[in-house]
Amino acid sequence: MTERSRPRLNIGAVRSTFAPWMDPAAKPLVRFENVVKRFDGETAVAGVSLDIYEGEFFALLGPSGCGKTTLMRLLAGFEDPDEGRVTLAGEDLAGKPPHRRPVNMMFQSYALFPHLSVEKNIAFGLRQQGLGKDEIESRVSEMLALVRLDGLARRKPHQLSGGQRQRVALARAIAPRPKMLLLDEPLAALDKKLREETQWELMALQQSLGMTFLIVTHDQEEAMVTADRIAVMREGRIVQIGRPAEVYEAPNSRYVADFIGDVNLFEGKVETADGQMVRLLSDEAQGGFEAVEDDVIAAGAPAWLAVRPEKIQVHLVPPPPGPNRLAGKVADIGYLGDWTTYLVELPGGRTIRAARANASRFVERPVDWDDEVWLTFAPDAGVVLTQ
Amino acid sequence: MSARRDRTGLAALGPFLWLALFFLFPFLLVAKLSLSDTALAMPPYAPRLDWAQGLAGVQAFLAGLDLQTYARLTSDHLYVAAYLSSLKFAAVATAILLLVGYPVACAMARCSAAVRQALLMAVILPFWTSFLIRVYALIGILKPEGLLNTALAALGLGPVSLLNTDAAIYIGLVYAYLPFMVLPLYAVLERQHHDLLEAAADLGCTPFQAFWRVTFPLSLPGVAAGTLLCFIPMVGEFVIPDLLGGSGTLMLGKTIWTEFFANRDWPAASAVAIALLATLVVPIALYQRQQAKLMGTAG
Repeated sequence: MTERSRPRLNIGAVRSTFAPWMDPAAKPLVRFENVVKRFDGETAVAGVSLDIYEGEFFALLGPSGCGKTTLMRLLAGFEDPDEGRVTLAGEDLAGKPPHRRPVNMMFQSYALFPHLSVEKNIAFGLRQQGLGKDEIESRVSEMLALVRLDGLARRKPHQLSGGQRQRVALARAIAPRPKMLLLDEPLAALDKKLREETQWELMALQQSLGMTFLIVTHDQEEAMVTADRIAVMREGRIVQIGRPAEVYEAPNSRYVADFIGDVNLFEGKVETADGQMVRLLSDEAQGGFEAVEDDVIAAGAPAWLAVRPEKIQVHLVPPPPGPNRLAGKVADIGYLGDWTTYLVELPGGRTIRAARANASRFVERPVDWDDEVWLTFAPDAGVVLTQ
Repeated sequence: MSARRDRTGLAALGPFLWLALFFLFPFLLVAKLSLSDTALAMPPYAPRLDWAQGLAGVQAFLAGLDLQTYARLTSDHLYVAAYLSSLKFAAVATAILLLVGYPVACAMARCSAAVRQALLMAVILPFWTSFLIRVYALIGILKPEGLLNTALAALGLGPVSLLNTDAAIYIGLVYAYLPFMVLPLYAVLERQHHDLLEAAADLGCTPFQAFWRVTFPLSLPGVAAGTLLCFIPMVGEFVIPDLLGGSGTLMLGKTIWTEFFANRDWPAASAVAIALLATLVVPIALYQRQQAKLMGTAG
């Protein structure tokens, strides 16, 4: 659960100007403190502490049933914590009903009111706030323009396409100008192409509004594109919090490495670990493995090396012997257009994934099925994991 | 495609014939009766069609039909009073049914699945007993030394005289028609997604406001269906006012019975029945239009 900051390495794309979580003086907008929630004896949230800062786009990522939706519903007020507390802008939310909380939620089902037109749906929260008629009208047209639904104001929800409904739900939740917008799997019902487009739109929208967004999703791509930080959840706990690139490039456990993206895990024993480089002995590679790693780990301890497919090179000519070198046979090739994925079978029978960007249209001698190949990767390609 | 359609049409022919034979034909008979005059004869009306005289007989028969009986209905204040009184009983009872049935349907829709099944069963259970027996049972409860007064006496209250009053009729109507109000309301409320209420709460509604802004407007089709299912048969209800109401109770069902059997005035009874039907066609047509509109917007 600890944030794994590695000042020595600069990881991936980072919006370095925005990092309130690095500032010890910054006050979080939302704070979960040791929150526990049980349903009929089943623990949905098992002690979560989490700070979310103003202006942040935060993602809760995990498989279904990991407690991410419950965590969001605790914030919206649809559930009350059994233990711990949730504060918003310093105020304890305990016992405060949903209608008095300054957060709005966009539901996975959208939950549009079927008897009301698009504009009445958007105006619903504004009317509850007791705004004047003119104010409501101008805000509704502002929202319609924001989500590009002008001209559809008088339609009923059932007369809209799925993408349009999604935008109405978004506009309805943003219109009351909440302190925080909660998005429960907001893109799950859209088809792939539309989902990808909407991810970028959502991120741009959050930047232009400057509103704090909390998104719950099981789709890692959605979380990685949109969020400033991601919390990876498992069985009611947060297992890692970090920027998308940190979570991907520096996972703190085999679970996170495996959940986010594709990964090859090699089991081994620590030979030496001096705070700069870790050497692993493994049955899988004759030369063993070595990886850049500043943690000091006791020699002889079991460890895993996690290597992403795109960081593995495939060679047709045997490279010189050394660490991080494996021999095998190509079992399968998946051509995806932008990437080609190779499944390479090791002599032990295990299959390793290697991927290569198709940077040029033609290759002199492409790697083919049943080719004898060698796989290598750089010392900074793999992550040593002890959990 | 068209052959298939033909066969579907054929399958529908049976029920249509059945309706024509047992609904349309008797209806025409009653309509004809309402245009006849009373006569001291067997059967007690005139004119009668004399087939033996051929075309002349038919002409004579048609010449004998008139709207006199309807004129009598409008001029005799007793009929008008019975008519208005029936509408009043049905309207008030429908209002009470809505007030009682809505919370019941709401509670059923929000129960867990297992409890819901049990409650649904409980609503339907009375149909397992004869309607007449259930109304008689109500007499046993409401009569001066009945169950109700015995219970009240045990509490040191009472006695109340309910039997043979308008109150008894309302009790009977509400009791007998409650399932017809609860079931359509339950059907629409059960379909409503809980998400909608959460969304309303999220957007600032108290539970009470969420009910009026979301639950109730969305349940209007059920309200309409329940209202019509109860109101229409209650206007013509005969058994309940006859058994539970006083001798002075004016309701159309009773009037029809009295005209037919006590006064042997078949044309008057028929005219009352036709007039009742004509009034009820209006709400039925409205209901049908609303249903058609719903069908158009659904999905």
